[in-house]
Amino acid sequence: MHQLTLKQALEEVRKDGGSALIKALSARVSSLNPKLNAFLRFDPAVSVVRGEGKGPLQGLPISIKDNICIQGLETTCASKILKGHRPPYNATAVERLKNAGAVIFGQCNMDEFAFGSSCETSAYGVCRNPWDTERVPGGSSGGSAAAVASDMTLAALGSDTGGSIRQPAAFCGVVGLKPTYGRVSRYGLIAFGSSFDQIGPITKTVEDAALLMNVLAGHDEKDSTASSEPVPDYTKSLVRDVKGLRIGLPQEYFVEGMDPEVEKSVRQAAEVFKKLGAEIKSVSLPNTSQAVAVYYIVAVAEASSNLGRFDGVRFGIRASEQSLKDLYFETRDEGFGAEAKRRILLGTFVLSAGYYDAYYRQGQKVRTLIRDDFSRAFKDVDVILSATAPTPPFKIGEKLSDPLAMYLSDILTIPANLAGVPAMSLPCGFTSSGLPVGMQLMARPFDEPALFRAAYAFEQETQVYKKKPKL
Amino acid sequence: MSFQIDKVAELARIKLKPAEKAKLEEDLKSILAYVEQLRQVDTKNVAETSHVLDLTNVFRKDEVKPSEVRDSVLESAPARQGKFFKVPKVVER
Repeated sequence: MHQLTLKQALEEVRKDGGSALIKALSARVSSLNPKLNAFLRFDPAVSVVRGEGKGPLQGLPISIKDNICIQGLETTCASKILKGHRPPYNATAVERLKNAGAVIFGQCNMDEFAFGSSCETSAYGVCRNPWDTERVPGGSSGGSAAAVASDMTLAALGSDTGGSIRQPAAFCGVVGLKPTYGRVSRYGLIAFGSSFDQIGPITKTVEDAALLMNVLAGHDEKDSTASSEPVPDYTKSLVRDVKGLRIGLPQEYFVEGMDPEVEKSVRQAAEVFKKLGAEIKSVSLPNTSQAVAVYYIVAVAEASSNLGRFDGVRFGIRASEQSLKDLYFETRDEGFGAEAKRRILLGTFVLSAGYYDAYYRQGQKVRTLIRDDFSRAFKDVDVILSATAPTPPFKIGEKLSDPLAMYLSDILTIPANLAGVPAMSLPCGFTSSGLPVGMQLMARPFDEPALFRAAYAFEQETQVYKKKPKL
Repeated sequence: MSFQIDKVAELARIKLKPAEKAKLEEDLKSILAYVEQLRQVDTKNVAETSHVLDLTNVFRKDEVKPSEVRDSVLESAPARQGKFFKVPKVVER
């Protein structure tokens, strides 16, 4: 029963109300989570919150990344500084799931404050990849992706600031969608980079992602950056037809140092699309090489500002009461891990007097150039195809001591966040050693339907998603 | 570029442990050396990105409503006194 997709489970739950499904999944979490550490908190008596609505997700268990607020349940962003914090409200995404009848099914591990590409910076222990437990599941939504890939849950919510839904989806062989910026409300998502962050689904199939997006997308009066653009029915885009769809292969995304097996899988995927009737074209996104540098200026600037509120006064832990100043300094020293400190310091520096113009302002200008690259490319093509990550999942500890190497692993996902365009990762093959490879599809702002159409046609043609990790 | 970790840590309100300072300083210098590449990009006639899409703020109606969040917000505080967050004394008599 645990192997069901969301869509299949919907049929099952209609028969018996869903108790058997919850029981089967709970048993699987009990047996597998000690090995994978994908869930930070899972106690069926406490953390399973039943939705009250009778909507399209009635009785279906969905897991939540630990940076999305659930009323009354401890929500920590996998950080010591928020230990014990119980938000007094639900994130809009959680509220919408509950209103649709979903069962909130445990909270997933992540990189602390979503700072990372490997799920190793969690204050509550490393999460492991279900395909090879010596390897990382990707970050920062690694817990959500590992939980879905190992069939411990039906689907999960993640958040994506620079690739944190797509890269772990690729590393774990599942589907991950970063919607257009503004498509899903950020209310109740504990902010990292406010002009980048998006909540999105991590699922076993493309169809499941469409089902969740139908519930999550849409304007929210609690988030002034949530778009009021009408929401289409995404399941209507699930057609096995890509005839006439123009798919671009960006020459700058086949980078030096890219794993040859990853490149081969993505080029084969392009051939599959061609066979299905799509038109494959070469496109250029010339400022791609600047994306990581822009991201690590602008996103850390936003992060250092957003994390200013964690000071031991209003929530979380408090270290010392000698003086107010000591309270701030010592709480933040004790509460934040190394990567959080690194990013707060970097962000503080680039925003400081004398450096703001040279770093932050220049970063925002180059960001404009990257957005313009996408606007030009989307005049010629409907969808852009690339690898999601330049390598398959790497070993635990392999990049931890070299932050720059870790940051560069996000080179293919960051540009979509800089430009605000929607992007999806879906499995497209496996390496010779059996590790999953993900491909990324990007589209014009609010054109998620084009992503669903292309992804569904590929998925149904190749059936790659059916292969499961041996656990 | 002159990166002084003690000064930045003071601005960021983080008291660093001596053991972690050297490694953080080395990491940050190497990251800043990498982002130096941005200075080479000609942006003379380029506007900064302020919003990633052409979004305009959509405001709700400005209506007076009851608000009963104070107690639930204070429940999350590490220390409280009555209706307030409690912090160490900052003003001496």
